[in-house]
Amino acid sequence: MMKDVPTVNVDRPPSSLLERIYLGPIFSGLGVTLRHFLRNLFGKKDIATIEYPEVKRQYSERLRGRHILTTRDNGKLRCVACYMCETACPAHCIHIVAEENPGEEVAHEKVPRIYEIDLLRCVYCGYCVDACPEEAIIMSRTHEMAFSDRDEAVIGIEELRQKGPIEEADIGYRPYF
Amino acid sequence: MQNPLPSKLQSLLLSSEVCPDGHVEMKVERSHLLEVLKGLRDDPACSCNLLADICGVDYPDREQRFEAVYHLGNLDSGQRYRVRVGLAEDDAVLPSAYSLWPAADWFEREAWDMMGIQFEGHPNMKRILTHEAFQGHPLRKDYDASQRCLMTEDDLMVPDWAKEDQASADDFETQILNIGPSHPATHGTLRTVVRLDGEVIDRAECEIGYLHRCFEKMSETHGWNQVIPYTDRLNYCSSMINGVGFALTVEKMLGIEAPPRAQAIRVILSEFSRLMDHAVCLGANLVDLGALTNFWYFFQPREEIYGLLESCAGGRLTVSYARVGGLSHDVPPDFEERCRRLLKEIPPFLDDVDKLVTTNRIFRDRTEGVGKMTAEEAIAWGWTGPCLRASGVPYDVRKAAPYMGYENYDFDVPIATTGDTYARYLVRMEEMRQSLRIIEQALDQMPEGPIITGDHHVALPPKARVYSEMESLIWHFKLVFDGIHVPKGSAYGFTEGANGELGYYVVSDGGGQPYRVKVRPPCFAIFQAFPHLIEGHMVPDLIAIMGSLNIIAGELDR
Repeated sequence: MMKDVPTVNVDRPPSSLLERIYLGPIFSGLGVTLRHFLRNLFGKKDIATIEYPEVKRQYSERLRGRHILTTRDNGKLRCVACYMCETACPAHCIHIVAEENPGEEVAHEKVPRIYEIDLLRCVYCGYCVDACPEEAIIMSRTHEMAFSDRDEAVIGIEELRQKGPIEEADIGYRPYF
Repeated sequence: MQNPLPSKLQSLLLSSEVCPDGHVEMKVERSHLLEVLKGLRDDPACSCNLLADICGVDYPDREQRFEAVYHLGNLDSGQRYRVRVGLAEDDAVLPSAYSLWPAADWFEREAWDMMGIQFEGHPNMKRILTHEAFQGHPLRKDYDASQRCLMTEDDLMVPDWAKEDQASADDFETQILNIGPSHPATHGTLRTVVRLDGEVIDRAECEIGYLHRCFEKMSETHGWNQVIPYTDRLNYCSSMINGVGFALTVEKMLGIEAPPRAQAIRVILSEFSRLMDHAVCLGANLVDLGALTNFWYFFQPREEIYGLLESCAGGRLTVSYARVGGLSHDVPPDFEERCRRLLKEIPPFLDDVDKLVTTNRIFRDRTEGVGKMTAEEAIAWGWTGPCLRASGVPYDVRKAAPYMGYENYDFDVPIATTGDTYARYLVRMEEMRQSLRIIEQALDQMPEGPIITGDHHVALPPKARVYSEMESLIWHFKLVFDGIHVPKGSAYGFTEGANGELGYYVVSDGGGQPYRVKVRPPCFAIFQAFPHLIEGHMVPDLIAIMGSLNIIAGELDR
């Protein structure tokens, strides 16, 4: 069976005289680097490096960054504290404590009292977004985060809550239809 | 399917059967184990030349608590064999298979370290992934993973032979040199202790496990789909391939297949990942040899491929894109256009590298004849992938046991015959071009349709239906909380990873979480031959050889 496999032999013949005296390959190699140099200096500047952080790479609208807890029109969290994201999280970085929603309509009788994500434990896999049945947790494209201690990386409802209209947030990974 | 075992062997077995996937599985008493293994290797009807893996499984409720599973294969026919042997807890000792296949070396050490199965007759029965002074065997079911083990001993493993100086033939003393674990040229936390006679290495030993993250233990407490983000961190240079390999194994156990469109996307992104992996390997290898420019020429297309992966999956390095039964999302609308642009942009970079180094005498002098491995040796050590093909064995899982429709694509398997560092470079260069060929065909044939199976026992229903239908919402809840229920049993799924055969041996007890996941990382088998490969070479050659083997600590240590 292995004998029927189409193969291509990549063995190379022994070096030719031109190759043995170093010169041929060295000049053709110099030609390659010189071509890149001249092209980047005068011609089409296809320089791959960017001046980070002044210039940043453009990521797709699916980038999995820091989470956002979305809100309804009345400004309240969409989250119904069903624990689906906490269950689906492979890194166990979400911590929810539910409470009764005082004086609310029957449809949303449960809300989270505590909703914490440990951003240092999070692996940004997006499973919480996939698991959410309410589109209450989505991800933003914020991926540059720095903390001065570990406690600071555990963020709660206020930090996670969506600020302003969702169209203006830099939203990333979210359910697609 | 007929049982292909010769009758002479069958009389030694407790039982044997042919699994639905065609693998032959047999149970054997410990007293007959070596005889059976030897028979499987030497009998012309089987002639298993590859010992792929040895895995220990713990069943605390059984009378024979432990089970060792040997995965064997015949590279010529593609036939796979599994030998199971049960062991009582107070007598967990097996005869070592090292004399039959040197490949058993590290796999047996791992089974001792993780499961506490002793191997009699093994030349170096020590722990491998954990520290020498570590207490307990972490993959036993009664090992509490949350406990901490405080180490007070000296950090460094010193092999016995390295403890005293030896006079060399010319009356100079030998010298012990420690390379790694944090050495810029080891590209990962790998440690090699070498004894030098002048500048020539006359003995070596490797120490690994610095990046051990308990992947297999953690898989046992996570749902089937939750394991996929963990697989991303195995070979992190080509994370897509790992996730797909795991999903395929679970799909095999479930008896389902991902829809054709998902298969095509998996093929395209896997091949791009393979290309990236080879680019990192060669780029780093060449940097170590002093050829820095190639690194930039390789990393430019790699950056664009990361962009493509991110636009599909939402993550660059750890993609978590595969799901059991398909993929998490469909690709973006501009996917085909981006892929075709990459197909055009990548070959010039490969040509540039070709022109810079392939015929360069400095490079050839440094790599030709260095780290030579013959085909027989390579197979005996359990080598697979580009390193094996560089020794002249055209074994590629994509051809030998096609999956995801690889049989529909027209591509060649690059081989070289010299088996040295230069040959491994040439094979990887050609493989990148072959990957591009596969991607082009997959794009041409890409079907429309769903990207994940419609089976609501396996895949989450589409979000639109979760929001609007009671039934879908119930399935959604059930799947998230209960997980997928994979039928009781076990399966070995293997795919062609960037470094060779990436195997997953998965055991299910019918629950929502795997009972046992054993990864067969390709570079584990490759790296165990490293001490033998470098003996007789000089220290700079060690760097060249190590780079050409592409050892990724993430999958080596798991």
